[in-house]
Amino acid sequence: MDPIISVRNLTKRYASGLVALKDVSLDIHRGEIFALLGPNGAGKTTLIGIICGLVNPTSGTVLADGHDIIRDFRAARSKIGLVPQELSTDMFETVWATVSFSRGLFGLPPNPAHIEKVLRDLSLWEKRDSKIMTLSGGMKRRVLIAKALSHEPKILFLDEPTAGVDVELRKDMWNMVRSLRDTGVTIILTTHYIEEAEEMADRIGVINKGELIVVEDKVTLMRKLGEKQLILMLQRPLESVPPALAQYGLQLSEDRMQLVYGFKAEEDRSRMVALLRELGEQGIEFKDLQTRETSLEEIFVKLVRSGG
Amino acid sequence: MSEVRTPMLNWYAIRAIYVFEMARAFRTAFQTILSPVISTSLYFIVFGSAIGGRMAEIDGVRYAAFIIPGLTMLSLLTESISNASFGIYMPRFSGTIYEVLSAPISWIEIVIGYVGAAASKSILLGTIILLTARLFVPYEIAHPIWMVGFLLLTAVTFSLFGFIIGLWADNFEKLGIVPMLIVTPLTFLGGSFYSIKMLPPFWQKVSLFNPVVYLVSGFRWSFYETSDVEVTTSMGMTVVFLVVCLATVRWLVRTGYRLKS
Repeated sequence: MDPIISVRNLTKRYASGLVALKDVSLDIHRGEIFALLGPNGAGKTTLIGIICGLVNPTSGTVLADGHDIIRDFRAARSKIGLVPQELSTDMFETVWATVSFSRGLFGLPPNPAHIEKVLRDLSLWEKRDSKIMTLSGGMKRRVLIAKALSHEPKILFLDEPTAGVDVELRKDMWNMVRSLRDTGVTIILTTHYIEEAEEMADRIGVINKGELIVVEDKVTLMRKLGEKQLILMLQRPLESVPPALAQYGLQLSEDRMQLVYGFKAEEDRSRMVALLRELGEQGIEFKDLQTRETSLEEIFVKLVRSGG
Repeated sequence: MSEVRTPMLNWYAIRAIYVFEMARAFRTAFQTILSPVISTSLYFIVFGSAIGGRMAEIDGVRYAAFIIPGLTMLSLLTESISNASFGIYMPRFSGTIYEVLSAPISWIEIVIGYVGAAASKSILLGTIILLTARLFVPYEIAHPIWMVGFLLLTAVTFSLFGFIIGLWADNFEKLGIVPMLIVTPLTFLGGSFYSIKMLPPFWQKVSLFNPVVYLVSGFRWSFYETSDVEVTTSMGMTVVFLVVCLATVRWLVRTGYRLKS
């Protein structure tokens, strides 16, 4: 299946000389949730800005659902909805008016039934006649999402959608994003909450200093780059790790009451079984054990620090 | 999902911008409509009724009546510039411009929406001012079609000029500086209150470099058949200014000047 967004050799050099994107190529698959991660200033918003028409590219091409975003901008942009990072709305407008305005901008005739559905889905229906300035931050964020959905886009960009949103609302938003994906909408999100990407994304891209350093299926990424730890709580303090167990690279805690065994997530489990058997042979008893998995956040930090 | 629509012009977008801008004007009706009407009425009272009675006729027209076209043009110019410059500057300032830039609309649709709304507001204002003037001074319009033509052309042209200022300005001070330091002096020196024939020959020639002279002269001709320059010249110069402004706006929006990074 052809990608819904195809970015080829995209470069952006600002007038100041800053190169925000360096020869970026990326395909976004239809119907997926793609999380774009990266530290501040990595180029995430520039990439989204170019695809959505807010930033002029220096070189390279972008196709949205097969349409060139510059030569065929009408067809390309009509497929895309954008929820920006900043809470940029017309404070004096009502919720209904501003969402209807967005639909009109995208060249669609008024459709009160669709606007009502969007507002109801986002729990904004009761606030439809309220001025935006009277809404809470979380509600304003939902208004921006409603505006982006007003023209029924096939592709939705969410730039930091849950920034400043409380935990309960964040989970509501995750559910809403998933239900959108279930209707066939492709979702590209940037987030600082790695937990959010871990929870929702099908694939993950990591961008750093304008370069895409990793694009991978989430599960594969975590299996390839993730690590697990087996932590053994000992019955008695251990003076040192016996030489017979050196091959396992065990680490002894400072209080000498814990042994930690680190292994790749994709490693064969028989090695762990062998370790437990050998511990018994060495007379090392333990009262409890735990396993711990590297989080996506730790993988992300490692990737960014190592530069991919 | 709705079908992709790729018409020649995105009329729904034009309508959305136009309606939004007009709604903003009516929300701030005191500032955008009532305030200029009151201040222009004060001009009519002071210069027309109070001082005007002691002034001689100009080209056979009573002074109170003579200044009506000039004063209307003064409001039309300043309000066209103000409406259009605020119309595009505010979304830039608040960040809501992202939505217009990411929508499937071309430069001409953006311009028709914003400039059309700004021109509509100033035409409405000009009409109210002309009706208000009737309360103070009797006057007749000799060539109503020409009058309407000048009114429309001036409103559109200076709304385009205001749009350029709204794109250029990167703070509120710059937004006000061009109307205050350039447009208002040009309007006052453009024959709003006098005929440039009353000036010494040298200053008459200098005045011909002032585009407002052509607007006021042509507009006044449509009322009283008296003008400082030929009416066709006035119309021609107005059209030239319109074309220059339109070409400038086209270049600015298409290149994303101060809109896109």
